[in-house]
Amino acid sequence: MKIDTKKRLLREMLFARRFEERCYEAYVERNIGGFLHLYPGEEACAHGVLEAADADRDYVITSYRDHIHAIKWGADPRKVMAELYAKETGVSKGRGGSMHIFDVRNRFMGGYALVGGPFPLAAGIAKGIQMRGGDEISICFLGDAANNQGTFHESLNMAKLWNLPVLYVCENNHYGIGTRIDRSTAVVDQYKRVSGYDIPSHQEDGQDVELVYKAAMKAIRHVRSGKGPYFLELMTYRYRGHSMSDSNAYRAKAEERMWSKRDPVIMLRDRLIDEGNMTADDFKDMDTEILDYIENEVIAFAEQSPEPHISEVERYVLAENDPWVRGGGAP
Amino acid sequence: MTEIMFWEAVRRAHDEELAHDKMVIVMGEDVGVVGGTYKATLGLYDKYGQERIIDTPISENGYTGLGIGASFLGVRPIIEIMSVNFAWLAMDQLFNTAAKVRYMSGGQLEAPIVVRSPGGIAHQLGSQHSARMEKVFMGIAGLRVVTPSNPRQAYGMLKSAVRCNDPVFINEHELMYNMKGEVPEEEYFHPLEGSEVARQGRDVTLFGYNISVHWCLEAAELLSKNHGVEAEVIDLFTLSPLDREGIRNSVTKTHRAVIVEEAEPAVGVGAEVMAILNEECFFELDTAPVRVSALNVPIPYNHAMEKTALPDANDVVEAVRRMFGV
Ligand SMILES: Cc1ncc(C[n+]2csc(CCOP(=O)(O)OP(=O)(O)O)c2C)c(N)n1
Ligand SMILES: [Mg+2]
Repeated sequence: MKIDTKKRLLREMLFARRFEERCYEAYVERNIGGFLHLYPGEEACAHGVLEAADADRDYVITSYRDHIHAIKWGADPRKVMAELYAKETGVSKGRGGSMHIFDVRNRFMGGYALVGGPFPLAAGIAKGIQMRGGDEISICFLGDAANNQGTFHESLNMAKLWNLPVLYVCENNHYGIGTRIDRSTAVVDQYKRVSGYDIPSHQEDGQDVELVYKAAMKAIRHVRSGKGPYFLELMTYRYRGHSMSDSNAYRAKAEERMWSKRDPVIMLRDRLIDEGNMTADDFKDMDTEILDYIENEVIAFAEQSPEPHISEVERYVLAENDPWVRGGGAP
Repeated sequence: MTEIMFWEAVRRAHDEELAHDKMVIVMGEDVGVVGGTYKATLGLYDKYGQERIIDTPISENGYTGLGIGASFLGVRPIIEIMSVNFAWLAMDQLFNTAAKVRYMSGGQLEAPIVVRSPGGIAHQLGSQHSARMEKVFMGIAGLRVVTPSNPRQAYGMLKSAVRCNDPVFINEHELMYNMKGEVPEEEYFHPLEGSEVARQGRDVTLFGYNISVHWCLEAAELLSKNHGVEAEVIDLFTLSPLDREGIRNSVTKTHRAVIVEEAEPAVGVGAEVMAILNEECFFELDTAPVRVSALNVPIPYNHAMEKTALPDANDVVEAVRRMFGV
């Protein structure tokens, strides 16, 4: 990986970390409501995979833990924060919230709150790509516990059967809320579970963005070349509770310490410093710049934006003035 | 006008829409090689190929979700769920995704899918093949629900539903596929909102939908012949949104209302129409409205018991006689 790319990825991942930490504060300040699921610890997954994909044509879909995937896929962080602040200027016009970030212009096809819901949607997006005849791919990020839904098996079966261009990325953070994977799942290695559908798969260290990138390049080459679906499992860890309402009391301190030593941001920073491509001061400057930007641009934009007009609460339920509702013809 | 069977009308709509737009596809169990459990896609597999007439695995939630995802990219899927009893399994994707995605994305995405499914009580199919699920679908914001009572509606509704940008659920009836009726020879698009006056009358309004329209029409003839009561029959071909204006207009004329439904009474079409009567035209009513519904039981296999559980034209006649004291 080029040094410039590594430096940019470090900046993006540090931005992701700081963005999410600021969300935490905003939630405590009661500027963000509802459920809030944060991404610290897992940054290398979204960044490594999406760095290997094509931001000008590929499609991305994911779960409720969606802010960072959307931003990496082109969403304006100010508009993502405005969405969390429930503002009209938010990506989803304040109607979606944290779990429903949508940025369709950039082919970020949304965050969905039903565990396992996006599996078939991603396969459907791949079917749409196939019908239009392009070589774009559909990329679906979901958690480890989602693989116990029926949609996982139904979608893998159809994706293989119809040779659909879809990459399933499993962000295995070892927990579904408070239930550790070995207590919910008979086969703990998720990449093994897709062998029943004859889909190629790979398990990778999800804390090292370079390794994730390499594995994703291989996976994406496979999918884009028309060989059908691929399943990539990334071993990772979330540093905070499942959501803001989670006590996070169910994890052993030793386990948390072990994973904090494998912090994806710190690992990349140290590597760049060891290689002589960055100094500790460079990193500090980068961090200060990011923190300033988040405060002065991102938070300021969200705070200053207007709320949606209450009079529009019934808008977007159904299509507006769809002529076929009347049986066609002029309105 | 030509007389064709209900299934032929549905098949014709599929054929025309598939020919009109290359992005229209059909998905479902046995829709391809077999041509559909009720022949709704007969011969279309050979005509349009396996990429567009797709035999799916038995994964209702999976293929419904797949259709929704494809619709995000401009595909127009017509999804056949073999029997409405199996649609329970697809409700997650229908309700949580299709019905909500326009709203929660702030209008950025829409899911223009059509789901057709045969339901109702056929003959001795037992508890797990006799669901009437319209009451569940019509309660969900963001979803359109229509239900044809004849071949003309079945043909025209499917065509409009395919072109409409909202998700549309079409509730068909297993016993009606061989029913004959007139369908225009030229292309026809039926509205997805409203109701129709199936019979004019002045004394009482009988509200029906899908198969119960036919029980209402039969009852109206008996009432006219035997009891001198002229019933108006309103065909509620749209269950969501229900036609408040059509309901109000008819009862403002007749001042009496009977709602006839094949389903159990709780939380159903009858309950909803009664609520609308209260809200729209309470002071037009001469007497309390009445529901004629199925018994609140899982449908039994035994033929006599099955018949008892279900309303029919005689039950409608009895309800009206009680209302008039004749
Ligand atoms: C269908 C459904 N069941 C249960 C829930 C509640 N729930 C939300 S997230 C979650 C755990 C999911 O874990 P995983 O898929 O591993 O993703 P992670 O949150 O770890 O990223 C559960 C049980 C839900 N949202 N949807
Ligand atoms: Mg997890």
